[in-house]
Formats: sequence, structure tokens, C-alpha cells
Amino acid sequence: MTSEKKIYLSAKGITKTFGFGRQKTVAVDNVDLDLYEGEVVSIVGESGSGKTTLSKVLLGLINQTSGDVYFQGVKRDISTQAKKQEYWKNIQAIFQDPFSSYNIFNKIDSVLLDCINMRGGRYLPREKKIEMMTEACSFVNLKFEELTNKYPFELSGGQMQRLMIARIFLLKPKILLADEPTSMIDACSRATILDELMHLRKETGMTVIFITHDIGLAYYVSDSVYIMEKGRFVESGSADGVILTPHHPYTRRLINDVPKIYEEWDLSTV
Amino acid sequence: MAHTMLEVRELSTKYVTRFREDVYAVDRVSLKVEEGRSLGIAGESGCGKSTLALSLMGYYFPPLHYMNGEIVINGKNISGMKPDDVRKSILGKEIAYIPQAAMNALNPTRKIINFIEDVILEHEMYVTKKDIYDRAKKLFETLGLPAEVLQKYPVELSGGMKQRTVIAVSVLLLPKVLIADEPSSALDVTSQKMVIKMLKQLMEAGFISSMIFITHELPLLYNVVDDIMVMYAGQIVEKAPSHSAVFDPLHPYSKGLMGSIIVPEKGLRDVKLTAIPGVPPNLKNPPMGCRFAERCKFVRPECRVSSVSLREASDGRVYRCIIPEAELREAYAREEHKNDK
Ligand SMILES: Nc1ncnc2c1ncn2[C@@H]1O[C@H](COP(=O)(O)OP(=O)(O)O)[C@@H](O)[C@H]1O
Ligand SMILES: Nc1ncnc2c1ncn2[C@@H]1O[C@H](COP(=O)(O)OP(=O)(O)O)[C@@H](O)[C@H]1O
Ligand SMILES: [Mg+2]
Ligand SMILES: [Mg+2]
Repeated sequence: MTSEKKIYLSAKGITKTFGFGRQKTVAVDNVDLDLYEGEVVSIVGESGSGKTTLSKVLLGLINQTSGDVYFQGVKRDISTQAKKQEYWKNIQAIFQDPFSSYNIFNKIDSVLLDCINMRGGRYLPREKKIEMMTEACSFVNLKFEELTNKYPFELSGGQMQRLMIARIFLLKPKILLADEPTSMIDACSRATILDELMHLRKETGMTVIFITHDIGLAYYVSDSVYIMEKGRFVESGSADGVILTPHHPYTRRLINDVPKIYEEWDLSTV
Repeated sequence: MAHTMLEVRELSTKYVTRFREDVYAVDRVSLKVEEGRSLGIAGESGCGKSTLALSLMGYYFPPLHYMNGEIVINGKNISGMKPDDVRKSILGKEIAYIPQAAMNALNPTRKIINFIEDVILEHEMYVTKKDIYDRAKKLFETLGLPAEVLQKYPVELSGGMKQRTVIAVSVLLLPKVLIADEPSSALDVTSQKMVIKMLKQLMEAGFISSMIFITHELPLLYNVVDDIMVMYAGQIVEKAPSHSAVFDPLHPYSKGLMGSIIVPEKGLRDVKLTAIPGVPPNLKNPPMGCRFAERCKFVRPECRVSSVSLREASDGRVYRCIIPEAELREAYAREEHKNDK
């Protein structure tokens, strides 16, 4: 056995199709995944490979066409709104475009205040709430005083994504699903965001599903890696194993095609 | 001596916003690109890379305004030239620019061959559609693009093919200098590699003489260009041969940028990324002293007093910092030592 650790979340035979007949797309095709407690797992694939569709199924935002999701060993039941809310206490997400996931008319304090309320802090005294929000912001090197009364669109993409991490800090879910959290952010702020994400994970012991098209990022952050091509997992294993000794031709291509700085980057393969 | 294809001296330009505020996006930039050479421009978003690219073509229209400086392209001094004249005699022929996200700006109702006809007819009057088609076909084939693409609409092409098509169209008039602004940032790795290969091919086959390549992805720059220029808040902060810029950066900002490189290569997991805290200054009101002072680990009181000029290092590169080279290197060595422990 790989580990004594508990399996937190597992997906068995997940398939998700869109459309019918000639229009049919199999976005996720019979995928199995086991997520162990405290692990950082990356799912890597090119655009259109089905990563976001799979994340939405795992989050319970869309229904799978077939297959089951198990949470802490029990088949997940999100058939009612109340059960969904209960499930979302355990699993939360950060998306690629931080601006799209938020009501832009909500001020930043209310984004954070909602998190405190969701965790049962609705009746805490105001000072306590401010203290919590200040702590969450300073965790990601943002200043709460400078954010109050601002709207999300007044922040840069990088600051907004850090605010999303502050949100997770307050929500303290058991599992965080991060879907391309840095793909719209420049290389410099990317390092800051990854570091803050990994710091949060270290502090909370949270389990992380990290979704990316960039195999370098996956290598940097994860314990294990799943490679996704056209809706299927074609290779998986430890990050070192998959990335330093890839077996599947698709994995090899993803690695070969990323620009290198230590080894030669061979342009003759395309 | 090598022929200088592009020379810019002390160029400053600004945006004037709707509220009549000035944004000083390019501040006294000087650079030189010689025939057969390529220059990379790095820096985080908002530091003025795209504005510099626009500015050095001499093609100004509101809200962008020319302030000072000279631009010489292939021996022609174009500073102060009227936009119309620049358009007629410079753009596309002497210097061509592929803007960020150009491939998504293609008119969806026109075929690729129609774009090509527009470009050629703007510059040549007596040419038949048949001639244009033959020329386009030849260019595409030389560049390894299928000629069928010419009869397609933009939506029928994949992202990578669209981008390579845009690049091919941009060199139709055989410009001396090509500026590519983030040409591959939105693409998957394999398409990105094809774009890079094509840019290199353009240089090698002599379609263009010199290239300026803009991206915040340093591993890409490293693999494409001869020299890297790092910009911060509208200014050049360092300019060095690619290898030194990536493996031995001197300016604290370049040092920070290079420390954020992530590649899937052995050893990466052992290095600690060096994130740069804070955000760049607002260019409406740039700080008096060093523009990077606010975020610099090595800041001294003198840094904030007056503006800092570029200086030459022992190996000939230039950097903009009041701290002498030897002291910077010592400071970096101490940091590394701290991280090792
Ligand atoms: N709501 C939808 N309706 C129809 N097709 C969809 C929908 N969402 C995704 N798809 C298709 O499913 C495939 C996988 O998409 P996605 O999960 O977004 O991939 P990734 O996140 O890896 O880029 C793509 O072919 C996409 O066009
Ligand atoms: N049309 C515009 N009007 C006013 N300011 C602008 C305009 N375009 C860009 N800027 C400002 O100029 C600065 C440089 O922008 P840009 O050249 O796009 O940077 P980069 O390409 O490095 O991301 C930024 O501060 C940006 O906000
Ligand atoms: Mg996606
Ligand atoms: Mg730009």
C-alpha cells in the first residue's frame, strides 16, 4: 500500500458528456482519482483536456453523467441544497479568473465577512470579525485597512487572487481545489501566490487539488501528479516520478515543450 | 562594425488620460539593436513593455504622446515624423509590431487571404490578386504553414495556427525589425514552441534582420534572444546578455524576477522562489528616487533622495542602482547562504 493515510476524496469512473449525437463531447472520460489527507495533487493537461469540467464535478457544481464521488469513504450525497451547503464546508475553490467568481458589486469586506458568517461567526462581535479579517489579509500580505470599502475591480489580478487565498484562510475547508489560480497572472506575482498558497497549506494541513496546464508549476507544488489528455488520465504517480521519468508520450511532450533553462530546449520536436 | 537596425536615445512618452492626468509609461529609454541580433524585454505587467514597443515605432495617437528622445530605424531618423508618414513608409516595411492578443483581433468575417491583400494593397498599387496569392502561398510554404490556411476564416484555425498566421502576415513586407509582444502567452506549450521556432526561423532565413521579443516568461526569453532588457516602472533597470541576465542578474529587481522562474527540471524543487513583495508604483506620480526602493530588500536612505542613473558594470552590462556591483554580489551571496540553512 502506498500510505497509511486516509483517502479523503475519491472519484470512481467519472464521465461527463456535453450535448448529444454529433454534437456530443466527452469532456471527462471514465476517470478515477484518490486524494489522500494532507496531500497536494496536481492535475495537468492542455486546454480543453477536461480539467475544469472534472473540478466542477468534484465541487458538486455540475452533475456527472456517470460514476461516483466518495467523501471520507462515503458516497457523496448532494441531492438537496442543505446537503450541498454542508459539503461545501469541506471543499472550496479558487478559480482562474478571480473577478468572474465574485459579484463585482460586493465590496471586499463583504467578501471576507461572508466567509466568517459561513463558518458560524455571524454573531461574533464586530471587533472580533475585523480582527479575523485583518489576520486573513496579513496572511497574504494585503493590508485590510487599505481594502475596506474597495470593490474587487479596483484590485490587480494578483491582489484579487491573494484575496481569494485570504478567503480560504477564513473558511478553513478540508480540501482546496485551485483551478489554474495563476494562469492569468504574470510570472512575478505567480511566485508570490504559489508561496502563499503553500504556506496556507502548511499551516492548516489542508488537502489541495491543484489544476494547471503548466507542468513546471505542478512539479513545484505537488506530491503527486495526474496527467490528463482528452478527458482521460494517461499517467499518474509521484511528482518526481512522473516529471523526471515520464512514461507516456503525452507527458513527455508536455515536458519537452516547456522552455528549459538548465538543459537544452530542443526545438526540432515540433 | 555591425549595422545598427534600431537605435533609441532617451525616449520618453506618456499617456494622457480622459481626466487629463499624465501617465509616464516610458522614461528616458535608450537602446540599440544591431543587425542579426534579438533583444528581449522582461518585467511584470504594467511596467511599460507594450508602451515602449508602440513608442519606438514612432506611431503616436491619443492617448499616447511623444515627449522627448530620438528614434532611428535602419538609418532613418523618424522622431517627430507625422503619424501618416510613419504609417506609409515605416510600419510593416522597416518595423512591424505584433500586438498582444493580435490573433483574437482578426475580423472573423474575412478570410486570411483578404488580410494579406489589405496589407499589400496599402503599399503597392499595381499588383493583381493572383500575384498576391502566389506570394502569400510561397511565404506560407517557406514558413511551414499549409497554403490552405489562406482560404480559411480565423475561427476555422486553432489558436496556435492563428498566431503563426498573424506572424507570417506581419513579415509580408519584409520589415527589418519585428516586435513580438507576448506572442505565445495564451497558447498551450506545444503551440508556443511552434511559434518560437517560427520566430527563430524568420531571423535565420533573413525574413527579418532584428527582433524584439516581449514576455514576462523568462525561460522563453532565455531561449530566444541574445540580450535581455529588464524594465521596471517605465525605466530600464538592467540590460545584459541573456545568460548573465538569467543566471547572474545584478539589479535587485532582476534578481527577484529571475528568482521566480519555474521550470520542470531537476533541482527546481530544492530552490526557494524569491517572490517580490508589494506592487509597482503608480506612473502618474512616480517616486522621486529609485522607483524600486519601496520593494527593495537592500534599500538605503540615499536610494530615495534623487533619481538613479544607469551605470556600467565590470562586464559591460548596464544597471540602475546606487549600490556598487561588489556590494550587491556580496548581499546576494549572504541571502543564498541564509536560504541554505
Ligand atoms: N458547458 C459546456 N458545454 C459544452 N461543452 C463544454 C462545456 N464545458 C466544457 N465543454 C467542453 O469540454 C471539454 C473540456 O473542457 P474543460 O473542462 O473546460 O477543459 P480544461 O479546463 O482542461 O481547459 C472541451 O472540449 C470543452 O469545449
Ligand atoms: N491607454 C492607456 N491610458 C492610460 N494609461 C495606460 C494606457 N495603457 C497603458 N497605460 C498604463 O501605462 C503603464 C504601462 O502599461 P503597458 O505598457 O501596457 O505595460 P506592460 O506591457 O509592461 O504590461 C501602466 O501603468 C498602464 O496602466
Ligand atoms: Mg480550465
Ligand atoms: Mg503588455
